[in-house]
Amino acid sequence: MNDSVQMVDVLIVGGGPAGLAAAIAAREAGIRNLVVIEREHNPGGILRQCIHNGFGLHRFKEELTGPEYAQRDIDRANELGIEIRTDTFVLSVEEDHTVTCMSAERGIEVIQAKSIVLAMGCRERPRGALGTPGSRCAGIYSAGTAQKYVNLMGYMPGKRVVILGSGDIGLIMARRMTLQGAKVLACVELMPFSSGLNRNIVQCLNDYNIPLYLSHTVIDIEGKERLTGVTVAKVDANRRPIPGTEIHFDCDTLLLSVGLIPENELTQGAGVKISPLTSGAEVDDTLQTSIPGIFACGNVLHVHDLVDNVSAESQKAGRAAAAYAKGELSACETVCVLDGKGVRGTVPQRIRKGAAEGVDLMFRPAGVVRNAACVVRCGDREIARKKAMIFTPGEMATVKLSADVVVSIDGDITVSIEGGE
Amino acid sequence: MEITCINCPVGCRLTVEMVEGKVVSVSGNNCKRGEIYAHQECIEPLRMVTAVIPVEGSSMPLSVKTKSPIPKKLIADCMAALSEVKVTAPVMLGSVVLENVCGTGVDVVATRNVF
Repeated sequence: MNDSVQMVDVLIVGGGPAGLAAAIAAREAGIRNLVVIEREHNPGGILRQCIHNGFGLHRFKEELTGPEYAQRDIDRANELGIEIRTDTFVLSVEEDHTVTCMSAERGIEVIQAKSIVLAMGCRERPRGALGTPGSRCAGIYSAGTAQKYVNLMGYMPGKRVVILGSGDIGLIMARRMTLQGAKVLACVELMPFSSGLNRNIVQCLNDYNIPLYLSHTVIDIEGKERLTGVTVAKVDANRRPIPGTEIHFDCDTLLLSVGLIPENELTQGAGVKISPLTSGAEVDDTLQTSIPGIFACGNVLHVHDLVDNVSAESQKAGRAAAAYAKGELSACETVCVLDGKGVRGTVPQRIRKGAAEGVDLMFRPAGVVRNAACVVRCGDREIARKKAMIFTPGEMATVKLSADVVVSIDGDITVSIEGGE
Repeated sequence: MEITCINCPVGCRLTVEMVEGKVVSVSGNNCKRGEIYAHQECIEPLRMVTAVIPVEGSSMPLSVKTKSPIPKKLIADCMAALSEVKVTAPVMLGSVVLENVCGTGVDVVATRNVF
């Protein structure tokens, strides 16, 4: 063990799109002594295996694949001379900003940081979280694991596939497996609506005539060593299987695309307050958590739909972490951002009184509502309103508060969805 | 005809009115690109194709894409053509791995660096 404690100004946990954007922003804000810790061999995070296009439309005004999007940040980080320690695993983050990490090359290292940005991303909800009955055979993968096998390791997990859950990764994998020669028999979604983007339903399922079974779920999994089939049934309004609606599929592979969970073990270990709604840290408008000098951004904070939004949020966190390290971000009184009707898990949860910057309020609608408006109120006073043709839990909604509006906030604010059908 | 725009994650639901095989009106789009998409989609649907191809001497394949969208009906042919392609390192992001795939005039390019 290396006994000497290393001192850095800003330490970033995670070298995916969030960590890279935060690091670049902190460096551009004048922080020279900063380090990114990444557990994989290469930076870039999940984008490395997302070989499909559709990234970067907002940020770069062009449509990139995941590896191309990641490469832009990696190139910029390299230009700026940012140190990215790859193959290095963070063991703990402490309240006093001590970070312990481990690598084969350098063993255990202890780093003391003036400020820390948590950017660990999220992971997929596993089979165990679903309580699906049936055999514990081989052939059941999370969609992202299958994506890694196909796109990064070059082999196919199976030939006849059923997908449970209609999250974007599941939809993308339906197309990917089909293009690689597999037969995708069905995509099965428990809810009456898909949690994936419309564009992915069109170009990943409809283009290949893959049926989407809404309000259905897998009720049995068969197979001794390898999966041989699954049984799917329609569910009622209480999500209980309806007898007599069973459909059987002979398949050797079941992919699960049933949600993402922010990976917050390190955050909890540090004692940061976690929101039960987002499963991420509670933060203020600078992305600062309940522990001063510890910031969180990207999918570890709340699961985003678009990497462009991850990058924008993380740049903000990186700038704030830089300001904190320079002693320019002082503690101040905050107001609470509360979820009103139809709204779940608004981020940030707090706004500093007198903050001089605009704030994006982001949340997931609690249900599907058409032709409605998202309304933000400070007491009885309406401070922002955004109309939309549709609000759905599958799409993160954003309401922008301009700097002028933010300055005027003098008490707790509430975000709700009003009107609509 | 009802179609969903795939240009961006908003996924606008478009209503296209056609008379004698020609698009006469498009509604439901939030931007100009939706209208262009609707015209194209009703005449000759186009799609980007992304895939991976093997790299000589490496277990990690190379991710590639068509430089621009190609006719949807040629996706399977494009995949078949790509299954014949193998590259040798180094390959730089953006370099062409297969020219004029299936006579579309569109090149297939690398989307990452291999050293």
